[in-house]
Amino acid sequence: MALKRIPIKDHSAEANLFMRRTFIAMLLVVVMMLMLISNLYFLQVERFDDYQTRSNGNRIKVLPVAPNRGLIYDRNGELLAENRPVFSLDLVPEEIEDLETTLIELANLLNIEQDAIDDFKKDMKRQRRFKPVSLLNRLTSRQVALFSANQHKYPGVSIEARLARHYPYGSALTHVLGYVAKINKEDSQKLSLQGKEDNYKATHDIGKLGVEKFHEEALHGEVGYQEVEVNSKGRVIRTLNFQPPKPGMDLVLNLDVKLQLEIQKLLDKTRGSVVVLDAKTGGVLSLYSNPSYDPNYFVHGISSKQYSYLLQSKDRPLINRATQGQYPPASTIKPHLALAGLEEGVITPETRMFDNGRYQLKNVSHVWRDWVPWGHGWVDAKKSVEVSCDFFFYDLAYHLGIDRINESMTLFGFGDYTGIDLYEESDGNLPSRGWKKARYNEPWYIGDTISVGIGQSYWTATPLQLAKSLNALINKGQRTAPQILRATIENGVTALRPIHELPPIPVQNMENWDLVLSSMHGVIHSPHGTARTAFADAAYESAGKTGTAQLVSIAQDATYDAEKLKEKHRDNAMYIGYAPFDDPQITVAIALENAGGGGSQAAPIARKIIDYYLLEQHKDVEIADAKNNNEPQP
Amino acid sequence: MLRTKIEPNKQSILRKLHIDGLLLIGLLALMTVGLITIYSAGGQDMDLIQRQVIRLGVAMLVMFILAQVPVLAYQRIAIYFYIAGVLMLVGVLLFGVTGKGAQRWLDLGFVRFQPSEIMKLAVPMMIAWYISQYNLPPRIRHIVVGFILVVVPTLLIAKQPDLGTSLLIASSGLFVLFLAGMSWNLILIVGGLGAAFAPVMWFFLMKEYQKQRVLTFLNPESEPLGAGYHIIQSKIAIGSGGLHGKGWLQGTQSQLEFLPERHTDFIFAVFSEEFGLMGILGLLAIYCYIIVVGLLISMRAQDAFAKLLAGSITLTFFVYVFVNIGMVSGILPVVGVPLPLVSYGGTSMVTLLAGFGMLMAISTQKRLLSRQ
Repeated sequence: MALKRIPIKDHSAEANLFMRRTFIAMLLVVVMMLMLISNLYFLQVERFDDYQTRSNGNRIKVLPVAPNRGLIYDRNGELLAENRPVFSLDLVPEEIEDLETTLIELANLLNIEQDAIDDFKKDMKRQRRFKPVSLLNRLTSRQVALFSANQHKYPGVSIEARLARHYPYGSALTHVLGYVAKINKEDSQKLSLQGKEDNYKATHDIGKLGVEKFHEEALHGEVGYQEVEVNSKGRVIRTLNFQPPKPGMDLVLNLDVKLQLEIQKLLDKTRGSVVVLDAKTGGVLSLYSNPSYDPNYFVHGISSKQYSYLLQSKDRPLINRATQGQYPPASTIKPHLALAGLEEGVITPETRMFDNGRYQLKNVSHVWRDWVPWGHGWVDAKKSVEVSCDFFFYDLAYHLGIDRINESMTLFGFGDYTGIDLYEESDGNLPSRGWKKARYNEPWYIGDTISVGIGQSYWTATPLQLAKSLNALINKGQRTAPQILRATIENGVTALRPIHELPPIPVQNMENWDLVLSSMHGVIHSPHGTARTAFADAAYESAGKTGTAQLVSIAQDATYDAEKLKEKHRDNAMYIGYAPFDDPQITVAIALENAGGGGSQAAPIARKIIDYYLLEQHKDVEIADAKNNNEPQP
Repeated sequence: MLRTKIEPNKQSILRKLHIDGLLLIGLLALMTVGLITIYSAGGQDMDLIQRQVIRLGVAMLVMFILAQVPVLAYQRIAIYFYIAGVLMLVGVLLFGVTGKGAQRWLDLGFVRFQPSEIMKLAVPMMIAWYISQYNLPPRIRHIVVGFILVVVPTLLIAKQPDLGTSLLIASSGLFVLFLAGMSWNLILIVGGLGAAFAPVMWFFLMKEYQKQRVLTFLNPESEPLGAGYHIIQSKIAIGSGGLHGKGWLQGTQSQLEFLPERHTDFIFAVFSEEFGLMGILGLLAIYCYIIVVGLLISMRAQDAFAKLLAGSITLTFFVYVFVNIGMVSGILPVVGVPLPLVSYGGTSMVTLLAGFGMLMAISTQKRLLSRQ
């Protein structure tokens, strides 16, 4: 009906109009197509590099692979620090059908506590469902066995192994070896300051103490990389490239773990420390501080209760007494002072004086007493060392003066770091005029000098410093820095580390050195030597010096009575020595806190250590030497 | 004409079946590209391909059937078709089934379908029929009526909300008015009114998620993990394809699932990543070929209704292409428009090929009519 109303149409005009419009539409299509194409050209050609980079950034992830930490051996090849697999029980939530039931069954099977399950559920929420989450971190071998037998029942649950440090000798080596523990915030900051954070991307633990810390760089190795392709959910599709990590170097230490264990046994419950050096090279054969603690707790995260116990214990087990314990060296430095006197010409081997037990200066009322109240009678330098005469050394110190004492004792390394490969070290204190002025704003008094003559009066030294200075004495001025590291092993090739030599002490007259050494020999072998009892009937000849450091100043004219003093105020027992006398092999330094006299307490332990080293460990070599030495004598 | 003389037999067989060979070649080429790309985008899933082939088969069947219907019949049923469609749209708003956050489906018990798809054809048919009753160019009042006929279904669909479809339907109607010779002054005025209407749309008609889409489109990097993620990943896929592409099945953005909606709305990004700019030029050439063939059909069509309908169907087809590629490559906001005949999916495929069926009817029946 509507069609009827249509007026006559001008078909050709309509067709032309329509043709024009269609043509315009086609033009529009072309223009819009060109718009699309120019935008695509911009994306695909102009900005291709940018988008290609972003596309690769999407799909390629570089995963760091941790290098295996180098192992640590003692000088005889005993393994001191190893990497042990620790097993964790991992669950992949996506692959487990009924998580709740699985958790209950596992808890029953492996005796898992509810806390661990709660922690697991928390961890799980933070992870993608196809990523493994640990339910247990350190499985016992029993748990490993139990689960392995039942593994087929639990798809999606598996035991994963990771390498973690283990110290088989526990507390015996803690202060030398140190330990590794989880990298914390401070470590990360330090690593990033040193530009090493990339190398530690996959590393779990870092050396926190001892050799583990000092030789961290050698032990750590270099990180490897695994380049993987991931999908949008982060799942690894395939490995594109693998650059294996370079494992850390294995270390061989100068340490002798059997000797170390023997020393630990000898010290028992005494607070104190022992240093045993190779007499020729300065290699650290043993370095033990008592009491010690088990470093393995630190590797897996020590509980705060355990840690505060260690921190607050009155015995202060965390301190390395051998390198950080600063003790008055007491009479152990008399040989050094005697040498200084001889070399400086203040005394001669013939210098004699009468010791009546009371040393006094003109116009000074103070009396400096000898440890033997009635004195030692006529003494020379040699005898003064043997009997540890105080009187002689008061006088020697008075004549040397503090400046020359400071100068000569500095040459022996007192008041300075020894150069050992440990960060935990104190430099002790070698007093001087300048030091006292700076420290107390007081002038140096002549009385101070006199006490320095017997290793007291502000003078402190570590057992390691004493051992090191003794080595310098034995080797006639040739000095070495004590070294724990003996060699490194890389790719199966062992590289011995050179001996760390230090500038020698200038020698004026070699006879002076011989005289001092023979006086130390007399400490043990002369009839009045302070260590003669301790070394009675020894199968070898040795030399040494005892020391008894007074910790409480005793009132003028009072006598020292150990029984009446509280334990912490009792004397420290010190001893330094070496053996065999003619061909020194080992140097021993001992400091026992509040133990009493050096001759009665420290020297017997030195005897046992040297006995063990020479007579049990090196029987074949040393006894032959002892016989050779004995033959010409009769 | 010249061509009929060269291949009289072949032409006549296809003619008898009412099939436009030139159009069919273009459509088959597109479908092939689509299947190849879906195979890659869908993770080499043969089931997916199978389902798509079945859909294509059904859609082709619909196309062949519609090609047999006389053009006059389309002209006659246009108004009823349109009224029924509008009623169904109202029905959708009142009783429709909700899916994917929008109310688009009508559930008749035995079949569930989107009335908006019917409107894609009903609107150009209706307006072409209405306008072609009068002398061209149309008068203002005819234009006004035409506009109302466009705006009613457009708003009903926008309200569902389905911005993509309402856009396609609006343009299909407007193309008819444009081809009919609507004066340029009017076009300018309508354009101005449209611009003035935009803020009204923004504040009163658009849903929050649609506003978000527009905002994200304006600055996708502001939300790299949220709504902007799609656009960013899509641009990375296209850009990293470069001149020659990464190769079939080698597109990392798609194979590793960084790209969302890979086998549906964003399939163009998959294609671009794997075949590069060269591939794109080839694909666009096929689209251009189909559009040119479609516009030639409309130019040669017998009467105004056929001309207007054929032109509108062809140009709307181009709108699909432009909007889809524009949104995937980041120059248009993301509205749900598939890449025609390439994207995986059923409903729009049937509608599209139904449109081409009408186009074939117009193309092949023209001469039949003239001979009568």
